[in-house]
Amino acid sequence: MLRPLLSRLGTALATLILGSLVLFTLLEVLPGDPAAVMLGLEAQPDTLAAVRRELGLDGPAAARYLGWIWGMLHGDFGLSYTYRVPVAELIADRLSLTLPLALLAIALSTLIALPLGTLAAAKHGRAADTGVMIFAQLGVAVPNFWIGLLLILGFALTWPLFPVGSFPGWGQGLLPGLHALLLPALALALPQAAILTRVARAAVLEVLSEDYIRTARAKGLSDQRVLVRHALRAALVPIVTILGLQFSFLVAGAILVENIFALPGLGRLLYQAMNQRDLIVVKDVAMLLAAVVITVNLLVDLAYLWLDPRLRRAG
Amino acid sequence: MPRSFHLVPALALAGVIASTLAFGQAAGPGTLTLAMPIEPPNLDPTTGAAAAIREVTYRNIYEGLTRIDRSGAVQPALAKSWTLSDDGLTYRFTLESDVTFHDGSPLTSADVKFSLDRARAPDSTNAQKQLFEPIAEVATPDAQTVVITLKRPTGLFLWNLGWGDAVIFSEKSAATNKTNPIGTGAFKFAAWTRGDRVVLEKNPAYRAAAQVKLDKVIFRFIGDAQAQAAALKAGEVDAMPNLGAPELFEDFQKDPRFKTVAGSTEGEIVAGFNNARKPLDDARVRRALTQAVDRKALVDAAYNGIGQPIGSHFSPGQPGYIDLTSVLPYDPKAAKAALATAGYPNGFSLTLRVPQMTYARRSAEVMAAMFQDIGVTLTLEPIEFPGQWLDQVFKRTDYDMTIVAHTEPLDIGIYARDAYYFNYQNAAMKAIMAEVNATADTPQRLALLGKAQKQLAEDAPALFLFLLPKLGVWNAKLKGLWDNQPIPANDVVEVSWH
Repeated sequence: MLRPLLSRLGTALATLILGSLVLFTLLEVLPGDPAAVMLGLEAQPDTLAAVRRELGLDGPAAARYLGWIWGMLHGDFGLSYTYRVPVAELIADRLSLTLPLALLAIALSTLIALPLGTLAAAKHGRAADTGVMIFAQLGVAVPNFWIGLLLILGFALTWPLFPVGSFPGWGQGLLPGLHALLLPALALALPQAAILTRVARAAVLEVLSEDYIRTARAKGLSDQRVLVRHALRAALVPIVTILGLQFSFLVAGAILVENIFALPGLGRLLYQAMNQRDLIVVKDVAMLLAAVVITVNLLVDLAYLWLDPRLRRAG
Repeated sequence: MPRSFHLVPALALAGVIASTLAFGQAAGPGTLTLAMPIEPPNLDPTTGAAAAIREVTYRNIYEGLTRIDRSGAVQPALAKSWTLSDDGLTYRFTLESDVTFHDGSPLTSADVKFSLDRARAPDSTNAQKQLFEPIAEVATPDAQTVVITLKRPTGLFLWNLGWGDAVIFSEKSAATNKTNPIGTGAFKFAAWTRGDRVVLEKNPAYRAAAQVKLDKVIFRFIGDAQAQAAALKAGEVDAMPNLGAPELFEDFQKDPRFKTVAGSTEGEIVAGFNNARKPLDDARVRRALTQAVDRKALVDAAYNGIGQPIGSHFSPGQPGYIDLTSVLPYDPKAAKAALATAGYPNGFSLTLRVPQMTYARRSAEVMAAMFQDIGVTLTLEPIEFPGQWLDQVFKRTDYDMTIVAHTEPLDIGIYARDAYYFNYQNAAMKAIMAEVNATADTPQRLALLGKAQKQLAEDAPALFLFLLPKLGVWNAKLKGLWDNQPIPANDVVEVSWH
């Protein structure tokens, strides 16, 4: 048990270090001097040099890399070049929006996809199945920013039930916060729900052809009970795996959706930082996302180890 | 049917319940919510060029000795009056009395000296350091008097002191103004939710507080043009002084709830030539390319017909502007003939580096089509602004043509610089600009600026296209917002509801 565990931990750590090196190098060669972006079209060379000194951009690359890593290990993410406040503070602020948004989106997409996928599988080949599959096809094809625009048009302008994009902050209470996040979460959730519906349908269909389902039916269980108690439960494993994989799509989608709904989330922070060449924010946020993805993968790996004894002996 | 299907009506119900909560539109009568496309990186206009810093802080939070008003004219601000010596070298400013900073400390001449010395110091990070270069000395004979001695007469000096880069700080707060701005203006900084909004509150200690009608100003930052329009329509935002998308402007023009103003900015949209590269080093070629472009048609196609064609690098909103669009009028036949004379009867190929901004992309496409008519093939190459563009075009001048809006006010002097990205070298232009800078007499200076404009219109170091309009949209009940943008600012000191 110990060796495979250590080997997975080691792989995760190596990936993390490699990721940080690649990220640092990429941002080094990225055209765009943060000082030049700050000073604009009238910048004079000596002013540029003064700003570079102030931002600490003029040391050797190796020293700056080590300084960055060393700082992060101590919880010091550095000062944002543009905002001049600690990056850790910025990230924490934005996470308080993006995390609930992502969780809401995952919850919504699951709530939509599971019933629809199961329904389609149960009515395999019939009109309901076709309808669901058309929905799924549409959902995959239509990008989430477009869904966001449609939602704003429908539920914020024509039928003003929701704000069009202002987040009151959790200080105003849970309900106003959720109210503001529901439309953007839906915009994020729909394309995911479409993918998940197809996965759920396929998974349930596969389970339905298993011997034990026939046994369950033979025992006299109703169709509905067979579906919910047996088929859906067994189909959850591939569905949960896909949900985990969708995490990265959620981040990419959040950048667009947060812009459409003018929400100050992590995605918007990253987008702005790229535009303003706030490279330290870009580095820190990207590193954080990488760390989260690597950790999620590690946890999935460990869960498999725990679930499947055969894997413990191998590797 | 599985039990989970009941969730759909349940969710709909939750939405209806949530919607009964009061939301948005809750701003009181003394509050103005104004949306900007870009968030300021920080709130210190003396250490960065970003227009967004000025659009929040100019005059609202910080003031300079002078200020530039909505018509582009210089007005007294912290200095209530001044005199200029006969040799044009010594300005004597008398400061307004009883001015205090937002932290309660009184404004004295020492603050002025500190601010100007800081801006012109060798290690200064002021983005417009050159504005202060003519200063030889700042003296403070008493607390209410500032005497500035110049190295040479400087025609634009009072105008320069009105820039956002020249606002007066207190020494105590200079280091922290980026995040906690302390000025002398009509509004105090209250809060900043990064990525979302900056909130300002009325300063009760302001010297003309009775004339300030707003109690609170909220600057919201909404990058997406569709989101801006939606927020305005939903009433969550009262004003959008600079709407990002011209195609949405028409929609607001028809809506009686809003006032729409297509004002002017200082943003000359210019397709720059690399004057150091063949064949663009030949003035005949540059003139021919200019004649190939129908500016009116270009504005129609690229900016919904809103935007004034220009024939030189000068804003029609500035005093001294002359219309030079007819110097090289649209005439593809003449352009083709001129190219033949210059030795290119069969035309040639050029690459245009196009930043992602809407105006740039659309103008580039129209230009490529028009160049085709005179046998010039224009290849469009996308480039990311500002990072990549600043590096490749601005710094290394690795390009044939590019296109960008020059938003600094009165920046015609860039054509007299030795190293600027156009690589334009012209002794006559340099002589005219030196004379402009040394002339304090206004009519004389405007005449010289006219000469400089003509020089550019005839020599065509760049292809002057049109002036970026300021598409203002705001609640019809608001008054006092600026129609034009002579400098980057959203001065709300005179704004009120009626």
